[in-house]
Amino acid sequence: MNHLAVNLGGAAVIGLIVWWFWLSRPRARQASADTPIDIVVADGVYTPARIEVPAGRPVTLRFLRKDPSPCAEKVVFDGFNTVRDLPLGQPVDLTIVPERPGEYEFTCQMKMYRGTLVVRNA
Amino acid sequence: MSETATSLRLSIGGMSCAGCVATVENTLRAVPGVSEATVNFAEHTASVTGSAPAEALIAAVTQAGYEAAELRGAEDEAQKEAAEMAHYRRLLRKTAVAAVVGVPLMLGGPLGWLPALSTPSGQVFWLLAGGATLFVLFYSGGHFFKGAWKAFWTHNANMDTLVALGTGAAWVYSIAVTVFPGLVPVLAQHAYFEAAAIIIALINLGSALEMRARGKTSEAIKRLIGLQPKTARVVRDGREIDIPIGEVGLQETLRVRPGEKIAVDGIIIDGHSTVDESMLTGEPLPAAKKAGDEVVGGTLNKSGTFLFQAKRIGKDTVLAHIIEMVRQAQNSKPAIGRLADRVSSVFVPSVLIVAVVTFLVWFNLGPSPVLSYALVATMTVLIIACPCALGLATPISIMVGVGKAAEYGILIRKGDALQQAGRLTTVVLDKTGTVTAGRPAVASLLPAPGWDETRLLQLAASLEAGSEHPLAEALIEAAAARGIVLLGLTGFEAIPGKGVRALLPGGVQQIQEAAGLRQVQAPGGAAGHQVLLGNEGLMRGNGIDLGSLGRDAATMAARAETPMYLALDGTIAGIVSVSDPVKPDSRDAISRLHAAGLRVVMLTGDNRVTAQAVAGQVGIDEVLAEVLPAEKSEQVAALQARGEIVGMVGDGINDAPALARADVGFAIGTGTDVAIESADVTLMRGSLHGVADAIAISKATVRNIKQNLFGSFVYNSLGIPIAAGALYPLFHLLLNPMIAGGAMAMSSFTVVSNANRLRWFVSGERRP
Repeated sequence: MNHLAVNLGGAAVIGLIVWWFWLSRPRARQASADTPIDIVVADGVYTPARIEVPAGRPVTLRFLRKDPSPCAEKVVFDGFNTVRDLPLGQPVDLTIVPERPGEYEFTCQMKMYRGTLVVRNA
Repeated sequence: MSETATSLRLSIGGMSCAGCVATVENTLRAVPGVSEATVNFAEHTASVTGSAPAEALIAAVTQAGYEAAELRGAEDEAQKEAAEMAHYRRLLRKTAVAAVVGVPLMLGGPLGWLPALSTPSGQVFWLLAGGATLFVLFYSGGHFFKGAWKAFWTHNANMDTLVALGTGAAWVYSIAVTVFPGLVPVLAQHAYFEAAAIIIALINLGSALEMRARGKTSEAIKRLIGLQPKTARVVRDGREIDIPIGEVGLQETLRVRPGEKIAVDGIIIDGHSTVDESMLTGEPLPAAKKAGDEVVGGTLNKSGTFLFQAKRIGKDTVLAHIIEMVRQAQNSKPAIGRLADRVSSVFVPSVLIVAVVTFLVWFNLGPSPVLSYALVATMTVLIIACPCALGLATPISIMVGVGKAAEYGILIRKGDALQQAGRLTTVVLDKTGTVTAGRPAVASLLPAPGWDETRLLQLAASLEAGSEHPLAEALIEAAAARGIVLLGLTGFEAIPGKGVRALLPGGVQQIQEAAGLRQVQAPGGAAGHQVLLGNEGLMRGNGIDLGSLGRDAATMAARAETPMYLALDGTIAGIVSVSDPVKPDSRDAISRLHAAGLRVVMLTGDNRVTAQAVAGQVGIDEVLAEVLPAEKSEQVAALQARGEIVGMVGDGINDAPALARADVGFAIGTGTDVAIESADVTLMRGSLHGVADAIAISKATVRNIKQNLFGSFVYNSLGIPIAAGALYPLFHLLLNPMIAGGAMAMSSFTVVSNANRLRWFVSGERRP
């Protein structure tokens, strides 16, 4: 009985890991293209980590790094071929024009800080 | 956002009246994030407070019709270093605190100092140990738990998740065993507080070491930043005063004395000197500068003193552009790193799943006490996994490799070019200015019967006066040296790849006579005399008989001279030959390319015999001569079609299409002009050694990346199974979680240290 419970518990934890980290998504912050979107870089996460923007219009992401760890010193947008240095405590604007709807990841160099730009049809 | 408010200053250009002040202030205040903006008309500066970045402010001011540049000093870098140092010390403090708790507990067990859990006094001791470890988890490891928690709520898992889960599970299990020892069998009654504390200590220590090692990876950028002087001597109201570099405004007049660094970019308005630009270009010879010449910030004035006017300041200077270009290239990622990126993105949740499976396998199949074994193996899996080493493997080597290249005056535009340069099989060199010095001089004058050298040179130089061809300069200089007056020709027409044609007006007889030119009857009347200067093809195409001069031209070409025929009204007048000496180090550099296994091809519009002669002097494998400028990129494409991976070396302007077509385009000898968009690699020094160096650095960097990727893949793919207990069935070996913690802490450090080895790269040119 004990064994069965532990095994079932283990299977459930695996299921939860798959669901939570790969299948479900955090709620996106809706953002307009007109004003810059503030993203705080601290404690291993981008806040907000999921941002929804309309397609075809320039959008400015304003990163503010508060984490002195070197892990946080760059933000990488692979989908836009863009990397920016994030000096500690200085806001850095990154303006992009997401043409096609889809999900675009932004991460630190080591892929530990992770965020998603969700581009929806305007 | 009040805590993010920063203050910055801009130099504003183009303000002519007080009305402009209001316009600029209103423009700045309208930028989102600006809380206050004040313009000082006398200083032509603006002070802005708020969270808006400088780029947004400059863009707004520029759009309003003014110029703007950020006024800044070296304090940014100093602030960054101070913040990094503070973080480094904080990590060491955390390491020390965790070690003070963890080391005695770790040593006490094997040495028999510690009481057993089963006794009442032992239980009290272990409760105290648990309290001390909890303090360690909060003080030294709090950032892991905070990061893990925050990441969890954004549906992410990272390094913090692994460390927090591993050490957290160890502590919870240990405290449960301490408080309720009866819950587990006697054999399983063991606390793992020391493991939690030591792991936290080791990972903090690893982060601190990695941080120091990372500092060294950006040495190249620091060296470039260090080139900028801290102060400048400006002339204001007739007085010379020293001010911080960040205060220098556009159009200000600056004084530079012998031995001083030039503060910003500008144009000399008075005085002359020689300037050492080697720190930017790698070019060892100082350049002579006089009024009207451009000077570049960060370079060193040698002998004279001069005044210059600031034309570019702050982020607009050549030095700032170089720094920015190096930074951008350091940030770019070549294709080789993409697999690691894909693995990194699913790594941590996968490790979590492996950890759960490990627990279940030990729980179901492991020896007694199953719970202890299951816990230790699970904890070890969580702790040993290191996604950071994988993620760092490529970018950290690119960072050092691109920086190293910059030290040699080689600016690499992006990481892909760095990767590709090491794979080249053929290097195509443009002749003029690449293999040769690009400063042709008249070598021989051979007049036809009835002409003399002076008249031959006079007509040829007059014809070239309207041309921008490099050979034209040689003729004009030679004419000037002999004091020859040039004639007024009209109707210039360049015939690409062949030469030039013009008309000598028939009505300017007095000029002809003054110049001693023989009288020639203009064909068909008064329109003028047709003058042709160019190669054999041009003459034959116009039906001109070369007579015996054809043989003389061949002799000249065999001496690596470029013969040009001059013809007047369909009759040959003579040959003017120009030679462009090969650069003294071209031969050595080409030998280095051969030694690297590359085939070296020379591409030129020059005639085949001259090209062969030049090629023979420097050891070129194949010559593609008499190629029209427009055909250069087709020749590169033809080589690519043969399966070659082609690097094209030429000047960034005339050869732009060929550079763009090549797998890697090298723009050579551009000095401090770094704005070459068509080139993947800009060689700031005129030497071909730059190509050999770029290729050698590329190979070294790619090898370094492969070592890093191999190391981190092998580390994780062997480490995780061993941590899970793969060796246990055969050898009864189970990894200690503290060793796993040490291995994990050292894996990122090892990757960064391996990348740092690239800093010791020495060019083949400089090796004894």
